[in-house]
Order: sequence, then structure tokens, then C-alpha cells
Amino acid sequence: MTAYVPIIVLGAIALGFAMFSIVAGALTGPRRYNRAKLDAYECGIEPTPQPVGGGRFPVKYYLTAMLFIIFDIEIVFLYPWAVYFDSLRIFGLVEMVLFIATLLVVYAYVWRRGGLDWD
Amino acid sequence: MTVEVLFGLLGVVATGSALLVVTTRQMVHAALWLVVTLGAVAGCYLLLSAEFVAWVQVLIYIGAVVVLLLFGLMLTRAPIGASVDLDASMAQRLAAAVVAGATAGVLVVSLVDAFRGEHIALETDRPRGHSSAVGAALFRDWVLPFEVLSVLLLAALVGAIVLSRRDVSEPAERGVT
Amino acid sequence: MSVFASPDVPGFGSDLPIPWWLLLVKAVAIFVFLVVMTLFAIWWERRVVARMQHRIGPNRVGPFGLLQSLADGVKLALKEDIIPKAADKVVFVLAPIISVTPAFMAFAVIPFGPEVSIFGHRTALQLTDLPVAVLYVLAVASVGIYGIVLAGWSSGSTYPLLGGLRSSAQMISYEVAMGLSFVGVFIYAGSMSTSQIVAAQTQYWYAILLAPSFVIYVVSMVGETNRAPFDLPEAEGELVGGFHTEYSSLKFALFFLAEYINMVTVSALATTLFLGGWHAPFGVTSFWAGANHGWWPIIWFVLKVLIALFVFIWLRGTLPRLRYDQFMRLGWKVLIPSSLGWLLLVATVRAVNAQYNLQSRDVLLYGGAGIVVILLLTFIPDLLATRPSEEPEGEPEWDAMAGGHPVPPMPGQSRPVLTGARASDDDDDLPTEDDT
Repeated sequence: MTAYVPIIVLGAIALGFAMFSIVAGALTGPRRYNRAKLDAYECGIEPTPQPVGGGRFPVKYYLTAMLFIIFDIEIVFLYPWAVYFDSLRIFGLVEMVLFIATLLVVYAYVWRRGGLDWD
Repeated sequence: MTVEVLFGLLGVVATGSALLVVTTRQMVHAALWLVVTLGAVAGCYLLLSAEFVAWVQVLIYIGAVVVLLLFGLMLTRAPIGASVDLDASMAQRLAAAVVAGATAGVLVVSLVDAFRGEHIALETDRPRGHSSAVGAALFRDWVLPFEVLSVLLLAALVGAIVLSRRDVSEPAERGVT
Repeated sequence: MSVFASPDVPGFGSDLPIPWWLLLVKAVAIFVFLVVMTLFAIWWERRVVARMQHRIGPNRVGPFGLLQSLADGVKLALKEDIIPKAADKVVFVLAPIISVTPAFMAFAVIPFGPEVSIFGHRTALQLTDLPVAVLYVLAVASVGIYGIVLAGWSSGSTYPLLGGLRSSAQMISYEVAMGLSFVGVFIYAGSMSTSQIVAAQTQYWYAILLAPSFVIYVVSMVGETNRAPFDLPEAEGELVGGFHTEYSSLKFALFFLAEYINMVTVSALATTLFLGGWHAPFGVTSFWAGANHGWWPIIWFVLKVLIALFVFIWLRGTLPRLRYDQFMRLGWKVLIPSSLGWLLLVATVRAVNAQYNLQSRDVLLYGGAGIVVILLLTFIPDLLATRPSEEPEGEPEWDAMAGGHPVPPMPGQSRPVLTGARASDDDDDLPTEDDT
């Protein structure tokens, strides 16, 4: 696990730099209070009363995230399979074809139901 | 010794942030504490030299599942600040605490009983968590579960489609798009 | 950090492969490399895009304007740091940190060169070598998405929220295509470790051997970094500035830094996985045997990264922005299925090759045929599906009083043919003074 010590060191440097920047940005800049400046930016008009709480989003985003999880899981299985592939050969190929075929059924279903269409 | 100490620390972080997930009154913050919990668990895997599983945990759970949760929150509403209307009643809290405590008790007792005092040496030179080792185990010994998993994924996605389609088609029937 | 220095634990502390000072030097070197590359890339982008648009670009600060981005950074530091009233303060401050830290960390596994000796220590020019390096990069990059979605949400403002959501949906969509494009490389290299993948490319670069994988990777890396022509999250006409609309001062600079570091990282990943890593280009070794030894490989590595960055800039200077539905269709309906098909083809060829001992020349031949077949197969349904549906709705009826106001006909709409005595006089379609 020593391989992760350098990553922790690099992460610490990056984190330190980011936090330093944020603190420095607050200190070096001017502070001139102006009520309008602290409002949400909406092209110069008065901000709408409840931009976030009442705002709802197309369910498409949820479906996209769901599809993403499915394919991400597929990728996670593909990686060890690919690394180990030369020992598996035809057997591994058949296994993965079966796995991907099932997922292709899902994929075709989503496509047919318009889950991949954005308009 | 260092590994044990680090493992314990990560465990404390995981448990502490898990408690914050259920106690914070801000929904998006709860999702963020969940990220911390899952990250700490990934750290535990890493300490057990299960490298592959650790990064899969980060990729799938942090990078995908909690993103889905956040999308779900923003899909409905994710107000900034505390959401008081989501507060559970005292009875609900008690019930939740009892259920959580009982589950934790069962898990702890059964795990402690199963592995009492047993030490499994970490294979640091060529660890079990190595991706080709995972590949060998998965695609030689556990072929059937792997294939069945694809059916599970199929069911999950069909469910998602059915749910979201109903959501989409209902306003359309009322003439609102 | 002394907690790692305990001598009694295998795997920690004492058996650290390199001394502490060298580790620190390497980590700081990567940090400095990324910051310098960012400053340089911003300047380079502005100069190159300016040339492409017949302008000059920044040329005042320093030689050739090279210090322009540094001056911009100082300027940003002197701007007021605004936290909007409606923002979730903690998350608002946290978001840029979450965005920039993983961006730096992803670079830890990129090999800059082979082993060299630094003050008597033999060490590889790579911060750390993981057996799951590419998975690590993907995982860390997926954490970076949080910076964007949280920045959008915590601003408490409409445009950032929409921009953040779009951005993250876009990144997760293209992450799938990106992840799939690596599989072919893993099959050929038999490893996920970046150093071993580079070592496996001494003879052939995977960009040639696995050309479709490379093409898919290049498209998805542009989508993943939210760069033109896929810069929809920053579509000014629709979303102002996207997720960082409400950010100012050095917080904004951090997002900017993260975006450019991500560009450098995906370019470095393209170099490592597909363009032979730090290996010298073909032909160089034939007249210069030392090109792949010592410190020279850093030159090849940086050169390849710079070329990849130039492609980013070139794309930005050339292509118009896609519509969101076109972008999603490209990702989900073209890149992912062709990627899956291609990797099955690679696996089949590889398995048959291993089973029947074919020559690698045959593999290339099958591969080349496969490229053509796959590309044709993916484009045919796409062409058939979209064209007819767009034609019929080209000319909707012109409603002269749409929305309660008199409106002129839109492009594609035509004024209805007037009937009656006066209509026969003016055949021309232009409105005139007495044409009321």
C-alpha cells in the first residue's frame, strides 16, 4: 500500500493550494457592500422568488444517471475481464457476449421507449 | 499496527458521517455526508489491499449512485437550508433507532462470532485485490452469478424506464407538455 | 505523515520504495507542471484561436504575451470575493476545492519517462505506479463531477443550477464511452497499469492498432472536459456562464484551473494509452538510439500532450456548438454501441488469434475490416432515423397573430396566398407600404 503514500502527498499539496487560494481570494479582494451584488445573477432583472425549491427538472436526467450506473457496472466488469482475457480466450468471450447481449436487450428497450431521446 | 489504527480511524469517520446522513436537516448535505461514508469505506478496502474493489467503490458508489441520488433530489426539489417539513416524529425516530440498532447488533454479533480472533494475512506482494486476480475469480469460479447479475441490471433499468415514463406521459395526457 | 513511517507494518513506511525527499520533489514537480501547463495552455489557446480568427491575441505581458494568464490570475485575486445571499455558504466554498483537488490527484499515475537516476537514486519518472492506475484516474475524475454539480446547486440561482445539472449529465454520459474505449487497450496490454501499457507500446502504438478505440476516446475526452464543440454547460446564450456564474475572484480561478488541468490529464491519458506514452515517435530511434533513455522521453511526452492540447484548441476554433439533443444522441446512440461492438470484435480476434496461432498481420487486417463495418453500421440507422422526420415539419403554418401580437413569418414559413382583387396585383412576397 506504499503506492498510495505519494498520492496522499500530492492530494495534500493540491488541497493546501486550493484552501490557500480561497482564503487569499477573500483577503486580497476589495469589500464594497452592495445589495444587488449579492442577489442571484439573472441577466440584470430582479431574481425570481424561488429559483431552486420550486424548480423541477425533466425526469430524463434521472434516467440518464440510471443508465450511467448500469453501464458503469458493465465497465467495472469489463476491466478485470480484459486484463485476464488472454487466459480465458474463447470461454471468456462467450461469457462476455452473453453478459453484453443481456445489456443490449436493455439498451434496445430504452432506445425503443425513447429513453435516449432529448428534445 | 499502523494499518489497524488507520482502519479504526476510517471506521470512525464512516460511522460518524453515516450518523450525520440521517440527522442533518439539509437534504443535499445528507447526500454529501453519504459520499464521505462511502469514501471512508473505500479507504478501508484499500487498507485491506483490495485495490480494485476500493476504486470500484469510488467509481460506482460515489461517482454514480450518489450522483443519481443528487439528480433525484434536484428532480423533485433540493432547497438550500433546512427542510423542516421532512422532520420525522418522535415515534418514527425511535422506531428507526431501534431498527438500526438491531441490524447493527445482528451484524456485529454474527461477524464477531464467525471470525473470532482470526487473522487473515494481507498478501501484499500480489494481493487478492489485484484486477487479474479478481478477473480469475469472477470469470472462472463465479460465472453464473456474473451472468445472473446482467439480468438484475436489466430488471433495474426496466423499472427505471417504467417509473419515468409514467411520470412523463401523465402530464402529456392532461395536455401539458 | 509520520504515521506512515512505522517500521513494523509490512506495506507501510519503512519499505517506501523511494526516500521521502524524492517523493516530495516528484509530487511538487507534478503540481508545478500542471500549473505551468495550465498557464501556458490558456495563453496558447488565446493565441491560436486568435490566429484562426485573423486576430493577434495577447502579446503585451511578457515575451509574446506569455505572462498574460499569470497577469489574469493576479487580476482575479484582486477582485471582490462574492458569496451570493441565497447560497449555501459551506458547499459554495467547498465546491471549487472539490473540483480542483481530484484534478491534480489524477495525474499521480501518469508516467513521464523511464527510470532515471536522481542524486544516485534509480527511480521511474512517475509519482506512483498502481496496478489499477486507469481505474484510479476514472474514479478520481468521477469525484470531480461533484465540484460542478455542487457549485451549480449551492449558488442558489437558476442558471448555475441548470448549468451544473447539464454539465454533470454530460460528463456521466461521456464517461461511459470513455471507459469502454479503454477495454481494447487492456485486452492488448493485459494490464491496467499505465507503466505497463506504455511498455507494451514499444512496437505499435494503440492509436494505430486500435484506431476506433482511439477515435472514441478522443471524442469522449472532449465531451468529458466540457470543451467546444461540446461546451453546452457554458452556452452563453442559454445559461450565462453555466455552473460558475455566481463565482468570482480566486474561486472562479480554481474552476478555470480545474478545467485546464482536466484537459491536460485527458491529453496525458491519450498519450499514455494510445500514443505510446513517453516513447519517441517512429523513426527517431533508428538514427538516435538514446531517444528512449534518460531524461529525453519527457520531451516526447510533453510534445504529445501539447499536440493533444492543440487539437482541443483547433476544435474550439473550428466547430460550432452542438445542440443538447444532438450531443446526447452522439454519446448514447453512436459512441456507446460502436464502442461495444468494436471491443467484442477485438476480443474475438484476440481469442481466435490465441486459439489458432494466427499472425498479428492478420489481426490488423481483421481490425481494419472491422473498423469499416462498424462505422458503416452505426451511421446507417442514424442517417435513416433522423432525416425523414425533420423534413415534413419544415414548413409549419404561419400564424400572423401568434401570441396575440402580429409577427412576421419565420424562416421556412411563407405568407399565405392572398385571394381577391388586390392580391393579384402584388405577386412579390415583400411587404410594401400599402400592404396592410
